[in-house]
Amino acid sequence: MKVLVSFFAVLVLALVAYAGVEAANLQYLFGVIIPYAAFVTFLAGVVFRILKWGSSPVPFRIPTTCGQQKTLPWIKSSKLENPSGLLGVIARMALEVLFFRSLFRNLRTQLSDGPRLAYGEAKWLWLAGLAFHWSFLIILLRHLRFFMEKVPLPITMIEALDSFLQLGAPLLYMTDVVLLLAVTYLFIRRVGIPQLRYISLINDYFPLFLILGIAVTGVLMRYFFKVDVVGAKMLAMSLISLKPALPEVQIGALFYTHLFLLSVLFAYFPFSKLTHMAGVFLSPTRNMANNSRAKRHVNPWNYPVHVHTYQEYEDDFREKMKGAGLPVEKE
Amino acid sequence: MRLYNGGLIITGIVVFLALATFPFYYNIGKANAKPDIKLEPAIKMSEERYGKKQCVEPKEWIRREHMVLLNHWRDAVVRDENRGYLSTDTGTRFNMSLQNECMQCHSSKKNFCDQCHNYMAVKPFCWDCHIAPTEKEEARS
Repeated sequence: MKVLVSFFAVLVLALVAYAGVEAANLQYLFGVIIPYAAFVTFLAGVVFRILKWGSSPVPFRIPTTCGQQKTLPWIKSSKLENPSGLLGVIARMALEVLFFRSLFRNLRTQLSDGPRLAYGEAKWLWLAGLAFHWSFLIILLRHLRFFMEKVPLPITMIEALDSFLQLGAPLLYMTDVVLLLAVTYLFIRRVGIPQLRYISLINDYFPLFLILGIAVTGVLMRYFFKVDVVGAKMLAMSLISLKPALPEVQIGALFYTHLFLLSVLFAYFPFSKLTHMAGVFLSPTRNMANNSRAKRHVNPWNYPVHVHTYQEYEDDFREKMKGAGLPVEKE
Repeated sequence: MRLYNGGLIITGIVVFLALATFPFYYNIGKANAKPDIKLEPAIKMSEERYGKKQCVEPKEWIRREHMVLLNHWRDAVVRDENRGYLSTDTGTRFNMSLQNECMQCHSSKKNFCDQCHNYMAVKPFCWDCHIAPTEKEEARS
């Protein structure tokens, strides 16, 4: 049910854009207004989310550690697993962001007859996740050729490496294949494992289908139903130089579908789980140094408590205390 | 709203905005040069040979699918020694050849092919095997 709702939501979005351009000639809406609105929403939304996270105090050091803490000099400490300073935190975060280190440790738990509990390695999620994210990044960087006048060398190099196999014409990009396979695997995994399907929500399926939709429309218009790429770049360049103008040539409705689904992704991004792009850097269990034995961390929401000391108490009641025969410190 | 570790948060936001809007400021002050295709000097060839200005297939189709066509031609010629191409548009016979057919009309690589390819940063591997035509450098003022 949740799968179908998400699937049809993406399908309807795609059809709206396709029909909007094909039948109603809404090129300006889908090519200029919506992309701008989506991009502004994306920027503002992500900044808002970061500020919101930044305003939440994290009073305690709660890094997850799995190594020896820094202690006496003759005990070897684990700098990556249990970072004690900024450098260790940065190195650990880099490994986490670039290579999903914590996911690499993913385990599968199995209860068999006996009863016997067994743990085993489970690296497929890590592999597919890594393949998906890296492909997506490379595809994103590759697309910069549509947004730059003189395409700089690094971008053309990425593109050349990606089409290294020289299959067909236009050349096949490896990342296109890898991304489609990885997203498909991630989807099959989600519906195939009963426990995982049970905890999956619409906002797990929707981004999957949305990304799949973007990838499929992209693949279709590169390899199968080609659009006018020069026109696409002219539109992109006009958007990026803030002088929006539709090109004279017809780019093709598939392009606008691709762009609209992408706009939906951008606008949806800050309000969904996709915003882990920013959130990963703000994970307290990863971005903190385990230095609570070396440094004192004061709870930021400790407010100044009004303390009434004994001396003040005695000042208030000295005469009465004397009268009752109680001893006082100051006469 | 109070920020904790405000310095780091603001730095992060600045880095994010700088990366996300990179293409916007990268292109500031750069001339927006669109592809400028010149069919001269030899486009008249077509008229002499076939009576009218025509490509092997309709212009719109060629614009989108020429790489597929050329790839197909390459395979047909190199692997099957088949050089005859029957236009699905006009039924005219063409010689499957980049340099002896296409470039007879579109004579200038620089003024024709490169115009869009450079704009799109596409590097077709035609010239890995073919010898690129030497072209006279235009006098630059």
